[in-house]
Amino acid sequence: MTSLPGSELFTQNHFELFALPVSFDIDLQLLSENFRNLQQNVHPDRYTNASDQEKRLSVQRAAQINEAYQVLKSPQRRARYILEQQGVVFDEQANPVMDPLFLMQQMELREALSEVKSKDDPGSALEKIVADLKLARSEVLQKLAEQLNTPETADLDKASQLTHELQFLDKLQSETEMIEEELLDSL
Amino acid sequence: MALIQISEPGQSSKPHERKLAVGIDLGTTNSLVATVRSGKAVTLPDEKGEHLLPSVVYYAKDKSILVGTAAKQHKITDPLNTITSVKRYMGRSLEDIKAKESPLHYEFVQTDSNVPRIKTQAGNVSAIEVSAEILSVLKQRAELSLGDELTGAVITVPAYFDDAQRQATKDAARLAGLNVLRLINEPTAAAVAYGLDKISNGVIAVYDLGGGTFDISILRVTQGVFEVLATAGDTALGGDDFDNVIANWIKQQLDLDADIDKSLRNQITHAACQAKQTLTTERSADITIKFPDKEATLTLSREQLNSLIDPLIKKTLLPCRRALRDAQVELEEIKAVVMVGGSTRVLRVRDKVGEFFQQQPMVDSNPDTVVALGAEIQADVLVGNKAESDLLLLDVVPLSLGLETMGELVEKIIPRNTTIPVTRAQDFTTYKDGQTAMSIHVVQGERELVSDCRSLGRFSLKGIPPLVAGSARIRVTFEVDADGLLHVSAREETTGVESGIEVKPSYGLTDSEIEKMLLDSMEHAEEDIAARMLHEQQVEADRVLEALAAALEDDGDILSEQERQKIDAAAQQLAKIKTGNDDRAIKQAMQELDKVAEVFVSRRMDSNIRKAMAGHNVDEFKAQD
Repeated sequence: MTSLPGSELFTQNHFELFALPVSFDIDLQLLSENFRNLQQNVHPDRYTNASDQEKRLSVQRAAQINEAYQVLKSPQRRARYILEQQGVVFDEQANPVMDPLFLMQQMELREALSEVKSKDDPGSALEKIVADLKLARSEVLQKLAEQLNTPETADLDKASQLTHELQFLDKLQSETEMIEEELLDSL
Repeated sequence: MALIQISEPGQSSKPHERKLAVGIDLGTTNSLVATVRSGKAVTLPDEKGEHLLPSVVYYAKDKSILVGTAAKQHKITDPLNTITSVKRYMGRSLEDIKAKESPLHYEFVQTDSNVPRIKTQAGNVSAIEVSAEILSVLKQRAELSLGDELTGAVITVPAYFDDAQRQATKDAARLAGLNVLRLINEPTAAAVAYGLDKISNGVIAVYDLGGGTFDISILRVTQGVFEVLATAGDTALGGDDFDNVIANWIKQQLDLDADIDKSLRNQITHAACQAKQTLTTERSADITIKFPDKEATLTLSREQLNSLIDPLIKKTLLPCRRALRDAQVELEEIKAVVMVGGSTRVLRVRDKVGEFFQQQPMVDSNPDTVVALGAEIQADVLVGNKAESDLLLLDVVPLSLGLETMGELVEKIIPRNTTIPVTRAQDFTTYKDGQTAMSIHVVQGERELVSDCRSLGRFSLKGIPPLVAGSARIRVTFEVDADGLLHVSAREETTGVESGIEVKPSYGLTDSEIEKMLLDSMEHAEEDIAARMLHEQQVEADRVLEALAAALEDDGDILSEQERQKIDAAAQQLAKIKTGNDDRAIKQAMQELDKVAEVFVSRRMDSNIRKAMAGHNVDEFKAQD
């Protein structure tokens, strides 16, 4: 892979690339509008008749734009990204410090989830979990917004902890979806 | 195979001339080629007026090869030498094929290259070669009809095709002498063919059930941008399976064994397919099977058919649910459900899909041709005939891509439904003291164990400095290009030792195998290859010069006078050298030009981005807020 001449556009952060202010709450519609706008100009399909060099550059740029878009679209990745920009380092190996209350709530939800299949009415048992999760998630998102809509003044430890909570909830949600799929399959 | 036409130097591709591009739907049962005529995409017929080319190839004893309807006629009398539904074998190993097909329809032979070959009386052939025969016929049809050599083709593949299957398709095209502009996904192509006039902005679902493959794609359409949100499917489920369950029912009714002779089996499969087709319009179908000593007649009602195929239809609804979930789209948001593929003619399929999506699906009067038409619309844009077009397809990786790690576990690098092109890197380390090599095993699939995923290729990174376990830093980079093809490279970060592969070795052909096949297919091999190489370089040089001239005309002002002079000089040099007959010198001159144009290319791309974002900046955002 050859390195191409530096581009200040792609050294700037994801928010700047999409012309958005650095904030946890973002205008998702504007984000996707600007995403499409960028890809219209950079995507390899626009360079099929160009030189190999231009083709390569376009693949790289399009991939960078895709990546930035994915990061900003996902609340969890967006929160992480803002924190990383503020100098926070996430260590995947280390166990994060968690709020005991949150952990308790997690354990209860997990337990309920593991019992769903043995319930008389697994459908409604699952529905309750989905609703509880949704509520827990919206609370975390709300708190994250309070912190990270103005990253300069955020309590970084608090925001990191919330980001971990969101990660937990996202994981639980995907497990819930898998159980939902199994239930639907067995119908 | 047709010989490559060579135009005289200086006569080829004049600037701004309309270029000839086609869209090809390489289907399990039928294939099609489409082009643009008077601004409209149309499929091209053969000399008898038939648009559909049956994807059937017959290998005769005298080594002659028949393709299409002529080949199909041999199916009952000579089934072993008549290859049908070859798409099912693309990019598959013999083990895969054995696992899916019992008993096997053909005699397979394992070769050194890992690509299984089908034994025919004209020699052993791989699925790639059989597909190349079909593509060659379509290419000839197009060139005959258009009266000139094709610039390029867009070829469609099922969205759920894995990397090996995509690579095999591209290899087949290369073998047929086609310049592949892009591989695009069948449901995306169908969405384009539909979307341009029938669908306004919004989320749509494309349900594509062909002869041997099933895809479901959820797309968001916004002003010409077709953004695939999620895709799911089954590359071994289609109308052929409907035929099989009907055939099994026939055998059951007639008390026939599983191992009946191949010719009777084909007769029954054929009858099953006919009955299925009859039942799209009639309430019942008569089935007659001829034996040497007698004839048997059965009647299959539509209700009986429905109960036979319901389990198969149900198998398609699971991926639908998964795609919706991955797309994070609610059922109510789906504005339209588009039905594509010959098997959506089966009424029960339409009913069940309508039930699932809670709306009447859209059925084209000709569900067979929409994919080829969509591919052609994209081909016309890619080749540069429609500079003003907004059409842009943003597709996704259908199945997660990852690496084998300790304990035969899969570490996912690129999750499914990630928008392409995409580049992701992950760092790994050594697990033994003094380890100097690392074996890298690339896999595709959703499961956690390597053995449950598809192996795409293995390669090793050698020359890692001997260090304490865990201290080397090996960065493995996965890059999926706009064709959906994966390229993997690995690099030891402290020393810069590098290794890369085009991921293909597991079940694909190697480059030298393809070259040999190309050679074998030509009568005057060496001269042809040399002429072909020269021609390719000349065409490429023309393309580069033309693209540069257009770019300079638009954005030349971003260069200083000195920069401009350098580029002009290199361009003139290339223009001069390309009229000669030294392909290597042309290549070198192109590389030179590439080097001096680097500044321009990069600056231009950034300036394009800035222009795109003008009027969408932070200030405006704040002002609106």
